[in-house]
Amino acid sequence: MDLFEYQARDLFAKHDVPVLAGEVIDTPEAAREVAERLGGRAVVKAQVKTGGRGKAGGVKLAADPADAVEKAGQILGMDIKGHVVHKVMLAQTADIAEEYYVSFLLDRTNRTFLAMASVEGGVDIEEVAATKPEALAKVPVDAIEGVTEAKAREIVEAARFPAELADQIVVALQRLWDVFVKEDALLVEVNPLVKTAEGKVIALDGKVSLDANAEFRQPDHGALEDKAAADPLEAAAKAKGLNYVKLDGQVGIIGNGAGLVMSTLDVVAYAGEKHSGVKPANFLDIGGGASAEVMANGLEIILGDPDVKSVFVNVFGGITACDAVANGIVQALELLKSKGEDVSKPLVVRLDGNNAEVGRKILTDANHPLVEQVDTMDGAADRAAELAAK
Amino acid sequence: MAIFLTKESKVIVQGMTGSEGQKHTRRMLASGTNIVGGVNPRKAGTTVDFDGTEVPVFGGVKEAIEATGADVTVIFVPEKFTKSAVIEAIDAEIPLAVVITEGIAVHDTASFWAHAGAKGNKTRIIGPNCPGLITPGQSNAGIIPADITKPGRIGLVSKSGTLTYQMMYELRDIGFSTCVGIGGDPVIGTTHIDALKAFEADPDTDLIVMIGEIGGDAEERAADFVKANVSKPVVGYVAGFTAPEGKTMGHAGAIVSGSSGTAQAKKEALEAAGVKVGKTPSETARLARELLGG
Repeated sequence: MDLFEYQARDLFAKHDVPVLAGEVIDTPEAAREVAERLGGRAVVKAQVKTGGRGKAGGVKLAADPADAVEKAGQILGMDIKGHVVHKVMLAQTADIAEEYYVSFLLDRTNRTFLAMASVEGGVDIEEVAATKPEALAKVPVDAIEGVTEAKAREIVEAARFPAELADQIVVALQRLWDVFVKEDALLVEVNPLVKTAEGKVIALDGKVSLDANAEFRQPDHGALEDKAAADPLEAAAKAKGLNYVKLDGQVGIIGNGAGLVMSTLDVVAYAGEKHSGVKPANFLDIGGGASAEVMANGLEIILGDPDVKSVFVNVFGGITACDAVANGIVQALELLKSKGEDVSKPLVVRLDGNNAEVGRKILTDANHPLVEQVDTMDGAADRAAELAAK
Repeated sequence: MAIFLTKESKVIVQGMTGSEGQKHTRRMLASGTNIVGGVNPRKAGTTVDFDGTEVPVFGGVKEAIEATGADVTVIFVPEKFTKSAVIEAIDAEIPLAVVITEGIAVHDTASFWAHAGAKGNKTRIIGPNCPGLITPGQSNAGIIPADITKPGRIGLVSKSGTLTYQMMYELRDIGFSTCVGIGGDPVIGTTHIDALKAFEADPDTDLIVMIGEIGGDAEERAADFVKANVSKPVVGYVAGFTAPEGKTMGHAGAIVSGSSGTAQAKKEALEAAGVKVGKTPSETARLARELLGG
């Protein structure tokens, strides 16, 4: 889960990383009081989960509280690369002398954590990595030892931060590591980390991404989720515990296991090339236990998507028995009908694996007018695409 | 011979007394796995009856090894306790730990992986968030259905569980030496490269099928390894060509960020290394058949 800048700032403050005072608001009028609290002058910053907001006019300096109201009014509602600005953060101003970069992240390749640091901050770090790789220090961090003072000094030296700032940056790095570990973050990035005219080191802008798998020990993280931004179908699916991602095609997909469902999306997209370019409408993994209820929940979400023209149910019974899946489909259709849902889209079903023959017979015997069975994954994908193209 | 797991393997189950652990221990026993014990400190000294087979429960992995000579552990404990279960297995120096549990926090996996390294990598870890591995006709450590296929001469390594089953099914008439599900999490123990190396050295494997998916660069690195070190034919499949950027597709690792990690990039890297890559599971199976001369 990626956080907004103001949420990252709050987590930094919680772990004593030096930050500037700041508050988030969602109406222009609220800017006046906040600007007064911050001493009059303030930076007004759009809160969007995308880069390049400065260039897009999403960051403005306000000279006084009245100006803050005006600037907040200009930024709220702005569209930055498809992200509408619903919130702005007002922050204290600082006289910036230098801009640096630091981050902690997972190094998948080496299966360890990594610190990255550069004296060339304030710009797109991927650009620095591509054009001046020598300016970006990369220091492995052992998951058990973490960022000790010695490790922090190693990072400072590798990045060639100015000697007079070493002590401050060493402390900042250890506290940022606290954020990374104690908050179960996958990424903690500060860009820029600034040196002010008075020689103080401050984290001016931050990006934090949290690990959803750690929710069991991070009870506060659920509240950080941006529920307003979620697609309504995705939100409905999440509420039912389904793993669903909305896409922009016409063939609804239900399958078991993430890899098989991803593969199903690909096979449907290939089949669609022969049928007016229809594409998969979603990713939906019902996981291991495909009970009638799970199947009904899944079908309800997919049939509720107005873009869907046909549905492809692709199940390989490993642990799951195909007869349970078949019963699930039959009961799901009845359940949806009894709830008054419009069940009028054709379903193409492919069952293989554990108890496939029993499952197929259940569907044959049910003889539902909307359900059609095809033996192979490729054949079923082709038929579902054909039906969606009609 | 097969890789990592044979009929000689003595298997214990951490979390055997839980509901998932019991269900799958029963299945593993039914497929011929030599299960010699379970681990649960609160039920040490008891036994669990699996359709007439009494399996003893030990207080810890170390005690279980001392009593039974176990050399494989399959871990089903819930995600909150998985890290300490894996660390216990590493400290007991069991040669193979298969971590089935899904939904483990990345910091936990990174930390038990670092622990394994600090202890000299005496324990091979497979997973987490994986279906385990099966050597058909010999032993089954995990949740892979044993009745899909039979013993044969194809080696299979895969990031995805159900795609493993699908590929075993597509090539069920030829059969497999060993099928290894390595899991799709951002940090995993055994990699494609580890399995490729073992299959290359295994006299019972004639051809290797490797299944990847979007995210990370494991397939690209595996491609480099194949080019330099693998003489046996390798057939590949990569899932996720149509996955949109920045969206997580089920597995924690199955996310495309930026230009690297895409299915297209992986396919190209594999093909450049001489690996035949199928567009679909069925085409991949057809390529494997052609290379085996049938």
